[in-house]
Amino acid sequence: MTGDALRVVGVAKRFGALTALRDVNLHVAKGEVLGLIGDNGAGKSTLMKIICGFHRPDAGQIVVDGTEVVLRSVDHARSLGIDTVYQDLALVNELSVYHNMFLNRELVRWPLLNNRAMRRRAEEHLRDMGVNLPDVTVEVAKLSGGQRQAIAVARSVYSDARILLLDEPLAAMGAKEGTLILDLIRDLKERGEVSIIIIAHNYAQVLDVCDRVNLLQHGEITFDKRATDTSLEELTELVVAEYRTSRNRRRHA
Amino acid sequence: MADPAVAEVRAGRRGPALTAGRRVLDGFLRRREASVLLVALGLMIYFRWASPVFLTRNNLVNIAQATAPVAIVAVGIVLLLVSGEIDLSVGIVAALAPFLLHFAIDFYGQPVLVGLLLALLISAGIGLVNGLIVTKLKVPSFVTTLGTFFAVQGILLITSHAYPVPIPEPAKGTWQTWLGAGPWASITWAIVIVAIFHVILTRTRWGLHTISVGGNPVGATEAGIRASRIKIGNFMVTSTLGGLVGIMEAFRINTIDPNIGGGTTLTFYAISAAVIGGTALAGGSGTIVGAFLGALVLAELQNGFNLIGYSANTIYLILGLAILVSMIANQYLSRLRRAGGT
Repeated sequence: MTGDALRVVGVAKRFGALTALRDVNLHVAKGEVLGLIGDNGAGKSTLMKIICGFHRPDAGQIVVDGTEVVLRSVDHARSLGIDTVYQDLALVNELSVYHNMFLNRELVRWPLLNNRAMRRRAEEHLRDMGVNLPDVTVEVAKLSGGQRQAIAVARSVYSDARILLLDEPLAAMGAKEGTLILDLIRDLKERGEVSIIIIAHNYAQVLDVCDRVNLLQHGEITFDKRATDTSLEELTELVVAEYRTSRNRRRHA
Repeated sequence: MADPAVAEVRAGRRGPALTAGRRVLDGFLRRREASVLLVALGLMIYFRWASPVFLTRNNLVNIAQATAPVAIVAVGIVLLLVSGEIDLSVGIVAALAPFLLHFAIDFYGQPVLVGLLLALLISAGIGLVNGLIVTKLKVPSFVTTLGTFFAVQGILLITSHAYPVPIPEPAKGTWQTWLGAGPWASITWAIVIVAIFHVILTRTRWGLHTISVGGNPVGATEAGIRASRIKIGNFMVTSTLGGLVGIMEAFRINTIDPNIGGGTTLTFYAISAAVIGGTALAGGSGTIVGAFLGALVLAELQNGFNLIGYSANTIYLILGLAILVSMIANQYLSRLRRAGGT
């Protein structure tokens, strides 16, 4: 791991009277997997949406591969190799697996979609990633949560993402399906081509796959350690302590 | 992968293999158009049995001319419903467009072609206004297009003085025949338009994005799809098709009537055709061929019951029941499709 693939410097974001992010400083090295944890409402999703070009920060800098960039849109971020797998997966239930795999990056033999090529490439890519579906023409609505998540991750990787943002990739997923996704993340980590930021509430899983862990509190990164230098107990205690402090503050307000 | 359970998920084996019969049934149910096609054929057989006149050439022309305007407008309605919107103003745009043609030709001396293009351009402009209000000002399309409906109706009645006029003299002859007066003209236009937009909805990026913004608006936006552009485009297509239908109907009946269909009948029939054809109001799925067949079913019902002597009033009752039955059947079939396995 040499050099930072992504560096976030002093990023702030307000929504009306609400301060979502105060002064966020974060970095992720090439091929590194960073776990981003924090209580609900800490601003994790807002930070993700800024990094992927969905929101614009009110202040601060985004540096990609050593160059400061102003992300104008999701498409712009993608063109720089930043892609996101959202909590809602951004999959369209009514579309087939392969159409979802190529959503907004469709292969076209003008003016028509090149369905045959998309089908073939989707099959190949999913097979390469170890996600074997019986049929890529099936609607994603018919797939399990794990399979859907795997498709969303595979889609981002296929698009040549070099910085992959995973927003709650294991949320509402059973142990069996969670394992499928964790294996997928490990595979990507071994390849070392993609830097990954994972937002997750399951700290055991974060420690399992991440190289480093950051805690986001009150719109700032307040904790930054290597996964090997921290523990499940420490992470849990940090978040619980923050919860207690907030509760006491509310009671005395 | 050591865990066999996980291996099974990865391999996609999530249940017993489907039997051949189940696969055939599943394949049949996948085609949303199949059920409405059966209904259309069933009605054809029934009405032919009840009235020998039903399948005569002249009556088939009647059915074709009743099917075409509804089917063409239903094309736009399907695009909008699939993208999660609706247009209640399209019928009044249909009433306005032939007047715009009349004004352009008879008052401003424009050639027919220019008049036609102007009428369609202004119709598209009304769709643009609808789309902008819905997407930029975030006003629900139901309310927006209800407002547009009354506004356009007001403009139409003020400018036309609520009186019908004959179609412009230069438009008579070839234009009139090709654009509606010929016995098979309107249905030919309908089939061509249905075929083109069926391909657009099912085989192009525009169609895929239309399904996406209706099926998962947030997800589509997160994927970088410009939902506003898709929706505005579909509003414009719908209004343009409405304008075209208005001109075709005027040419067919040889009169430009500001009260044609009261402005709502065409819209409601088109929505009914879309729904009967298998388009979900929730967005994300729909079929243009199904809507065409839905329009055919409505035309058959109207024509067939007239032939066998039912009162016109009874037809509304039957139409209402047909919509309800279709919606219930759609809900049921959707559940079956979802449960159909992979």
